[in-house]
Amino acid sequence: MANQSFNAGVQDYKLTYWTPDYTPLDTDLLACFKVIPQAGVPREEAAAAVAAESSTGTWTTVWTDLLTDMEFYKGRCYRIEDVPGNKDAFYAFIAYPLDLFEEGSVVNVLTSLVGNVFGFKAVRSLRLEDLRFPVAYIKTCGGPPAGIQVERDRLNKYGRPMLGCTIKPKLGLSAKNYGRAVYECLRGGLDLTKDDENVNSQPFMRWRDRFDFVADAIHKAEAETGEVKGHYLNVTAATCEDMMERAEYAKELGVRIVMHDFLTGGFSANTSLANWCRKNGMLLHIHRAMHAVIDRNPNHGIHFRVLAKCLRLSGGDHLHTGTVVGKLEGDRASTLGFVDQLREAFVPEDRSRGVFFDQDWASMPGVFAVASGGIHVWHMPALVNIFGDDSVLQFGGGTQGHPGGNAAGAAANRVALEACVKARNEGRELEREGGDILREAARHSPELAVALETWKEIKFEYDTVDKLDA
Amino acid sequence: MSVMTSGDYRTTRTYETFSFLPPLTQDEIYDQIVYIINQGWTVGLEHDTPENGAENYWGMWKLPFFGMRNPDQVLAEIEECKRAYPDHLIRIVGYDNYAQCKGHEFVVYRPRGL
Repeated sequence: MANQSFNAGVQDYKLTYWTPDYTPLDTDLLACFKVIPQAGVPREEAAAAVAAESSTGTWTTVWTDLLTDMEFYKGRCYRIEDVPGNKDAFYAFIAYPLDLFEEGSVVNVLTSLVGNVFGFKAVRSLRLEDLRFPVAYIKTCGGPPAGIQVERDRLNKYGRPMLGCTIKPKLGLSAKNYGRAVYECLRGGLDLTKDDENVNSQPFMRWRDRFDFVADAIHKAEAETGEVKGHYLNVTAATCEDMMERAEYAKELGVRIVMHDFLTGGFSANTSLANWCRKNGMLLHIHRAMHAVIDRNPNHGIHFRVLAKCLRLSGGDHLHTGTVVGKLEGDRASTLGFVDQLREAFVPEDRSRGVFFDQDWASMPGVFAVASGGIHVWHMPALVNIFGDDSVLQFGGGTQGHPGGNAAGAAANRVALEACVKARNEGRELEREGGDILREAARHSPELAVALETWKEIKFEYDTVDKLDA
Repeated sequence: MSVMTSGDYRTTRTYETFSFLPPLTQDEIYDQIVYIINQGWTVGLEHDTPENGAENYWGMWKLPFFGMRNPDQVLAEIEECKRAYPDHLIRIVGYDNYAQCKGHEFVVYRPRGL
């Protein structure tokens, strides 16, 4: 503005960045932070500081501020709310103009929003709870290489969740023995098997050997069963060049899906790989190793729903979401909240699920939710009820720990899955009648009968540690 | 328990959803048809030779039954399809026009010996 003058020095952030009268635009990127300020720092000042440090501001006034239109570019804190059950903390709602971010780059969005500001002295702790991406921004992102419907059509799986399993032991098998384990699972009735997240290319099993034997296992299982099979070949590597080389080789072998660890590998690598998958007709499975470092502390870090949204934009056809019921627990309502963000076309604000904004996903394809970790056949009724059809249910120990081996364990899980889906469609209540449904199904399946004996019947109730604010 | 006592698991040729359950009875098929209709999906039938079971496309039995809300009519269509193609696999399909994807699909008839 022509009539502004330059006054050197430090001024309160809230004079510029606290704008309670502001009505966010449809094109603004909105964020909700949970803020615990340092003692003595007023809420408005702390909130404005977060808005400033995550957008245009710095600690002091600079003359070059006057060479641009700060009113256009600045982030604004437009609302402050109490956090239920925590009087030290408050929610700060911040609107960022679209022009602050490079198109199609969740990397750039995160670098701004969860960059330096998280080490900022005025706040004791800070957590990014949710983001609202404007449709205008979503349309600049590639998203899932295939999406739920296209994957179903490619894999010929309809009307039910898909069934998977991570090959165990996770480290130490030779490539040929590893391929054997894959073959046994797939011939027994699983749709998909999976490399563990830390299976890359270690001395005991180099990636190319693993890929060769696994491809052989897939092709043999497909020929014998007549069903479409897959194995997530983990292409995560030390460099992007290595990652791409592995993905290219997987494609040459005629397999359908590869896998990436999106947080340890990084969003740039992930987006490149997703783009490659889209171009080459490959599916992409995403593991979330390292997420708990970022998302577990309720007062500091980034909630997983934000990471899940970023992944949908960066690209992936499957994403691990936790199981709600297994060894890695997650709050049920909160989990369902971010599962919606992966799969739905529109998700309305719903504080009971930790959803702070309406989110319109425009035409972005959906991502399968993957429930994996410490689950077994007795969990099947609850899993089918919680996750529904657009999910992959993965039983690692619950398949390979079967007394009859992988094929028998796979068959037991497949029978249990189909029995639960059939019962659900008949209108039965899975979580109440789950035990009966499984025992009835076991009458026709000795493999399932043995599985039910092996793992102790669990009660279909659970308790969680990490809860939503209430 | 013969399979488990011998410890040998024999690979079987299967046709995706519900292949690991005993063949569904008429009543059970009826319930699944009701489920498809209640989802707002359109019921249809597809059939093909067992050798083509793994192909993307099976032959369609007539057009999908747009607007058909009576499960008994669907059962009658299955019977008619069986009479016309006794040597074919027959599967029921629930077309979900919102997702633009099949919402449900399973084999309701296998020729003798399969």
